[in-house]
Amino acid sequence: MRNRLATKLLFELSQPDREGSQLPPCDVPEQKIEDIFPTSACAASPPELPELSEPDVVRHYTNLSTLNMSVDTHFYPLGSCTMKYNPKRNERLAALPGFSDLHPFQAEETIQGMLQLLYELQQMLAEISGLPAVSLQPAAGAHGELTALMVAAAYFRDNNQKRTKVLAPDSAHGTNPASAAMAGFETIAIKSLPNGYVDMQDLNNKLDDQVGVLMITNPNTLGLFESQIGQIVNAVHERGGLVYLDGANMNAILGMTRPGDFGADMMHFNPHKTFSGPHGGGGPGAGPICVVDFLQPYLPIPSVVHDKDLYRLNFDQPKSIGQVRSFFGNVGVLVRAYAYIRTHGPDGLKQVAQNAVLNANYMLSRVRHILPVPQGNRCMHEFVATASQLKNDKGISAMDIAKRLLDFGFHAPTVYFPATVPESIMIEPTETESRATLDAFTETLFRITDEPSELLHEAPHSTWISRPNEVQAARQPVTRWKPAG
Amino acid sequence: MTYFFNTPQQQKEMCEVIGIQDVDELFSQIPAEFRLTGDLQLPAAMGELELTQHMTGLAAKNYPAGQNVCFLGAGSYDHFIPATVDAIASRSEFYTSYTPYQPEVSQGNLQATFEYQSLICQLTGMEVSNASLYDGGSAVAEAVLMCLSATRRYGKVVTVGSVHPEYRQTTATYLQNLETELVTVPTPGGTAAPEQIAAVVDDTTACVLIQHPNFFGCLEEVEAIAQIAHDHGALLVQSFDPISLGLLKRPADLGADVAVAEGQSLGTPMQFGGPYLGILACREKFVRRMPGRIVGQTEDRHGRRCWVLTLQTREQHIRREKATSNICTNQGLFALRASVYLATMGPKGLKETATLSMQKAHYAAECLSNTSRLEPAFAQPFFKEFVVRDENGQVQQLLNAAQQQGILAGVSLGKWFPELSDCFLVTVTEKRTKSEIDQLTACLGSVNSPSEILHA
Amino acid sequence: MNHEELLYAETHEWLHLAEQDGDKIATIGISAFAVEALTDLVYIQLPEVGQKVSVGKSFGEVESVKAVSDLYSPIEGEVIEVNESLANDLEALSTDPYGKGWVAKIKLTDEGGLANLMDIDSYRKQCSDD
Repeated sequence: MRNRLATKLLFELSQPDREGSQLPPCDVPEQKIEDIFPTSACAASPPELPELSEPDVVRHYTNLSTLNMSVDTHFYPLGSCTMKYNPKRNERLAALPGFSDLHPFQAEETIQGMLQLLYELQQMLAEISGLPAVSLQPAAGAHGELTALMVAAAYFRDNNQKRTKVLAPDSAHGTNPASAAMAGFETIAIKSLPNGYVDMQDLNNKLDDQVGVLMITNPNTLGLFESQIGQIVNAVHERGGLVYLDGANMNAILGMTRPGDFGADMMHFNPHKTFSGPHGGGGPGAGPICVVDFLQPYLPIPSVVHDKDLYRLNFDQPKSIGQVRSFFGNVGVLVRAYAYIRTHGPDGLKQVAQNAVLNANYMLSRVRHILPVPQGNRCMHEFVATASQLKNDKGISAMDIAKRLLDFGFHAPTVYFPATVPESIMIEPTETESRATLDAFTETLFRITDEPSELLHEAPHSTWISRPNEVQAARQPVTRWKPAG
Repeated sequence: MTYFFNTPQQQKEMCEVIGIQDVDELFSQIPAEFRLTGDLQLPAAMGELELTQHMTGLAAKNYPAGQNVCFLGAGSYDHFIPATVDAIASRSEFYTSYTPYQPEVSQGNLQATFEYQSLICQLTGMEVSNASLYDGGSAVAEAVLMCLSATRRYGKVVTVGSVHPEYRQTTATYLQNLETELVTVPTPGGTAAPEQIAAVVDDTTACVLIQHPNFFGCLEEVEAIAQIAHDHGALLVQSFDPISLGLLKRPADLGADVAVAEGQSLGTPMQFGGPYLGILACREKFVRRMPGRIVGQTEDRHGRRCWVLTLQTREQHIRREKATSNICTNQGLFALRASVYLATMGPKGLKETATLSMQKAHYAAECLSNTSRLEPAFAQPFFKEFVVRDENGQVQQLLNAAQQQGILAGVSLGKWFPELSDCFLVTVTEKRTKSEIDQLTACLGSVNSPSEILHA
Repeated sequence: MNHEELLYAETHEWLHLAEQDGDKIATIGISAFAVEALTDLVYIQLPEVGQKVSVGKSFGEVESVKAVSDLYSPIEGEVIEVNESLANDLEALSTDPYGKGWVAKIKLTDEGGLANLMDIDSYRKQCSDD
């Protein structure tokens, strides 16, 4: 039950001289600080952090937690985010001191189990993707994109090819063009057809010898498998370009098809989506990438190799782009991904895709008479419906529906993305939801669309806050608590 | 499979509603030529018991530094983590939620992030903090990119050899496809010499990147270096150690324009290098150049104080190729851990942690330099880590000998600094006891010659 | 400024031309139609004095909460003055778009761009077709 005092800030709870920690006395001979540091380097006093007791801290944050919806508490059909169940066993296993208490610079002989796990994960991701060379280093999906594009740039440079452009469909996630820009490429958007597929003619018009990479999300952001992927890949390869597969939607095709088999040269996984890593309120993720053989020399260092019964980190890769972050990677997330893949095995992963796609299509079939799906009657793991008609007829927007769903205990779907569909509502139920939940959600959608629009414009009505003023937040940004005076 | 709901019967019923014979029909969008015909070549599925036994077995093949006598540092630190941190971070309302796209049902995360930003501002003296980045290395690279756009100077970035080599490497990787040159001023004496920096900074320089306390643990002359940067219209990026701010002046007070850090020390386990926490804070005037999410305060329609994601036009989902960064996620759970850590420690706890680490490090440095073959490599003031030189140049032998006794004695430096291949970096946190330091000293002090070890 | 007498760009900037010490000076702003369409502006990125601008190239940005729109220069020239007061008074863009809401003054170095501009009637027609 929500505690009404919960939203005071830590700083407002602070009381002078209250303590939440007690450090041991110093057991070594002490030196005077002025004998150690020049006075000019020393702060007159420590930073003005809040002064709280341990119960202060625990009650504060525990109460804050109750103001969140989460996968453990609510249906969370946030399209493109794959909010599936996060298995508890993965949490417990990743927290084993034998994994969580390892220092990144320990000697290799003291971390053989860790390296074995990472080595096996490299192999499993290679198998799932159909792309043999793997780097586990990138810290998130977007970081994987950037890393792979840097790998592509290094490959072209090494082969004396001047390729300056990256193509991506206009429906692509914003990270695609943003990653391309950071890797030094110019990005060019490819049009989508009204049916959601890539406009082949536009692609062919824009393909030239300066195109380095085509980035494509498949299944795409509309939840459709690009059935012309074969032609797309061929067109790019014929001009000497590489194909990058944004693996955001791998949940739909695990064990059904492999990016390497349909012609991708590079891809990233989002283990926090596909392999159930908890989203942590916005992170951490991980973004391992898989590439074709001829790009392997350019991957970040280090990778894990296995020789003579010993697993070790290999830094000996002269053409590598180098490191894209400090240390090995987001290992905690990778350990969970490993646990997930080992839990499912080959058949289980296929069932993940089957149930994810079945749930999405079931939902699509049930809602499309109220919320039409412009891109057709079938989808993969998610679909994009539109509230355009409702908006015209009843003045009910996608935002209204999203906000009102919160009152009924459902997290809202993704709204207004992709921008190529007006009043879009993107629903991804995932495989870890029951038909009963999907039915309850659907019934709620029906009920909402019958409600008076005035009621919806002010929704949600039952949450602690409602419709925060985002204009005010952006006009006069207040991004921190300020001490008085 | 334990995580699914649909029974075969329910699947059948759902197929009927959809109007298909079986689930496989739904995959007909995938051209037949690309359909996987057989199974993936993966190990067979394991139930929870079997998986637990298997992975516990893998974990048992490791020697967890954090459970033992660990003098390893170099950017990842064995600081104590209060129980409050794990208790709060393991609440699934935090860890199984996501990006607060719907502020009405995410006030817990949003307020926690606002508090994180506030705590980081208090810690660094800066006016704005983002909601966090991946880790220290990529935060440094992002800070550098931010300086390029803030100064509109794309010619040169100046750094020094005493910045964490992996942070410099990451920055170099990020710059390799851009026009910007990365100039590294060597630091043979363990710290950067301001006059050498002055010799390379010019009016095309976007920023000077330093670390303080630096990779070797030594203090830099930050104010003098900031002055040099500012004299040329360049910015100063300082990578800092959050724990050190219990004692040392804050980056903003030293003249830094952008403060970045690896935030792992603040309540995150070492977990073999990640996930960690990239801290980035800066002066107000650069807020629209910042990478990553930012949470802002506002009011709802009832006039209640609340929090939302703000200044989103900087970000990739709106500005696409012109975004300040491609970053989409932050490290929400680790920003939360850092906040709970700082809230639990308070100013006094942070100061004590810093003081204990410093005192113990100095005691260890003194003990080690009293052994026959070890000496401090640098004479500069240092915080909690220091570089030790082995007169015999047998660093690996020493580290191995310590490891035999269960002590992780230090990080050898040869792989990054060939000129320091006879040196290693020793780190001492508040967790190390006098008796452990004495044990380290006794162990390293008793290693006499290579032959003795080989035949031991 | 009488908006009936201004010139308009296809990208919704307005322009007023005047002569000053033998130079042609253009005052540029954003049309009322565009300001309304952008809804709830939160920020304007002004050009810098001294900045060179050219026809059809971005010289500033206006932002709403979830969108960014470029301001395109209708002409070629050099920015000689910007309306700094907009930073704290974005409302002026909507309350007085042709007066206090002006964005920048540009000294023309080439008159080429002027030929592409519309009068109020043509601009109104464009807006109603949009």
